[in-house]
Amino acid sequence: MAKVVVGMSGGVDSSVAAYLLKKQGYDVIGVTMQIWQNPDQACRLEERGCCGLSAVEDARRVAGVLGIPYYVMNFKDDFRKYVMDYFVDEYRHGRTPNPCIACNRYIKWEGLLKRSMDIGADYIATGHYARIETLPNGRIAIKNSVTAEKDQTYVLYSLTQEQLRHTLMPVGDYDKPTIRKIAEEAGLPVAHKRDSEDVCFIPDGDTGAFLDSELGAEAPGEGNYVDREGHILGKHKGITHYTVGQRKGLGVAFGHRVFVQKLDVPKNEVVLGENEDLFTDTLTADHLVYMSEGHFSEEKTYIGKIRYSDPGTPCHVRYSGDDLEVSFEKKVRAVTPGQALVLYDGDYVAGGGIIK
Amino acid sequence: MIYLDNAATTQMEQEVLDEMMPYFREYYGNASAVYELGNKSKYAIDVARDRAASLLHTKAERIFFTSGGSESDNWAIIKAAEMLKDKGRHLITSSIEHPAVINTMKALRDEGFEVTFLPVDEKGFVSVESVKNAIRDDTILISIMTANNEIGTIESIAEIGELAHENGILFHTDAVQAFGQIPINPDEMNIDMLSASSHKIYGPKGVGLLYLSPKASRIRSLIHGGGQERNKRAGTENVPGIVGFGKACELAASSINERMQQETELRDYFIKKVQEEIPLTYLNGAEGKDRLPGNVNIGFKFIEAESALILLDQHGIAASSGSACTAGSIDPSHVLLAIGRNETQARESLRFTLSDTTTKEELDKTVEVLKEIIEMLRSTNLFYQDYMEKN
Repeated sequence: MAKVVVGMSGGVDSSVAAYLLKKQGYDVIGVTMQIWQNPDQACRLEERGCCGLSAVEDARRVAGVLGIPYYVMNFKDDFRKYVMDYFVDEYRHGRTPNPCIACNRYIKWEGLLKRSMDIGADYIATGHYARIETLPNGRIAIKNSVTAEKDQTYVLYSLTQEQLRHTLMPVGDYDKPTIRKIAEEAGLPVAHKRDSEDVCFIPDGDTGAFLDSELGAEAPGEGNYVDREGHILGKHKGITHYTVGQRKGLGVAFGHRVFVQKLDVPKNEVVLGENEDLFTDTLTADHLVYMSEGHFSEEKTYIGKIRYSDPGTPCHVRYSGDDLEVSFEKKVRAVTPGQALVLYDGDYVAGGGIIK
Repeated sequence: MIYLDNAATTQMEQEVLDEMMPYFREYYGNASAVYELGNKSKYAIDVARDRAASLLHTKAERIFFTSGGSESDNWAIIKAAEMLKDKGRHLITSSIEHPAVINTMKALRDEGFEVTFLPVDEKGFVSVESVKNAIRDDTILISIMTANNEIGTIESIAEIGELAHENGILFHTDAVQAFGQIPINPDEMNIDMLSASSHKIYGPKGVGLLYLSPKASRIRSLIHGGGQERNKRAGTENVPGIVGFGKACELAASSINERMQQETELRDYFIKKVQEEIPLTYLNGAEGKDRLPGNVNIGFKFIEAESALILLDQHGIAASSGSACTAGSIDPSHVLLAIGRNETQARESLRFTLSDTTTKEELDKTVEVLKEIIEMLRSTNLFYQDYMEKN
């Protein structure tokens, strides 16, 4: 039987993924990817998402219950380089990155798949709520999970055909309550563990403070809040503390509701404006990748998502050199440079890029 | 299974277990009690202390039982520093110590002590000269391990101890890896404090000892409470554990010469065979008499140790990379970095540590499996393919 390495985070989804594959007769090996551990914070992290030591302990217990071999693999260096450093660098350049997409692409797939192949595996599997299907055109694509509520296709758009060919996502056929029920019935000790959230390497959620400590002396200092015409409105804490569309935490009373419109890196300015000004019906993306087709069609109507929580908006695309110009059928709010644009062709991920 | 991770822990000897068994249910008395049942326990601890002392060629009164090597290291270093802090605040250790020493030293540094972490040479030796150069007027403690747990290099403990004493400095050695494996005589080797552990010599886990010379015997307790271990280490004694440790010491003492010879021969056979059969390999650490009899640490170019260990496990062979973090994944070894290996080299080395029951057949089988695994891992390594094209 085919050998599959299940990436086990210690959470309920990946635990059930391992359980389901074992039941289907696969030769299952559990692996926890150790990606990040701040020794000073190891204790505080115990209740949290995917990185603390308790993740390893929980995953090991599940592997014990399932009776499968279990290993911890160290990806700390790659995680530092491809996720954390990238995250910091993007903020420094006035963009708002999605670290989970980088982690999926470089760590969970490129890294884990290589090491799993090294130890003789045919596939890797994860607990993502998404489905993988081979299309009539021969390409492999990710499809929405059965439940729109837990759909995780957005963060998986950049997987390559080769990666998809060697990937299984067994929980995508179920909804979350069913997964918890399966875990409970199987006696998995993590059936009621709460979902992880936020950025795993910023456990307290204070991105600004994290970036300040990472950047040290290189942190961009205070600068001016300006309006669209360039009039100075006040002082900000440094552009790494802001993201497009943000309203809260500006620290200055303007007498009415204002929103971050743009981060101007060369001038170290944060441009503020009205909520209405955040709406636009076009964007440009680069770093294009393709999934359900080898090329986007300028004739088709796609559904475009501009952030993880975005329900999606119908749109059309047009190539402009290496860039893709996207026009939405209705205006979208707060197009944020650095976030991913993910295009869907019906239920399938067509591909995407990074918003410029 | 072929178990080649005896530096991590050993399988307890049957005779040791047999000796321990009565002290769980039959002779369960508290050694501090007045009645006969308590006396049984007290007497058993005394016997164990004699046996441990005998392995170190010293007096029983210099042996204090602890919960293991880490406690002994913490106790010796923290309390010696505290005792001598009015005399000076400078401590000397090496950069290849076990974390129980390194992290204790770092904790003291946070409290205002100054610590010199001495470099080592490419075989892992701390030179006596470098210790001499590091000594200052305010140096109060030197701690250098007897033998390294990862690469097996045996340090010049007696010479370093002598140097310490010439300068009126207390000398501690973490002997966890060497204890029972090579002869150690603290009274003659200028050692004031020596840490050892039971489970590395076929004894039970959770027991260790600290040897204290008369000069060091004034250090205060680390664990406060009752008057056990002559007011030096509080807490009801782990009687079965101590009994087992004592038996393990007795067995070690009676077999040390044969074991050294046997393991050294097998070690050198294995090193030679691996290097003959698998290209692009190199030995980490010292050779011959300067290396622990049971220690083999070999770098295999163009592989990831982590993947190799998983594959070995799937073939029923237990080995190690020498440095695992608590979670079980592998960090680049601080010891390999200290002997001048780069980050890549520090991730391509495997450690095999033999026991007194390791056989030539087991080692032959291991080489056979290793050969296959290393070839497989290299076949998908782009750097290897690149290297092969150029050479």
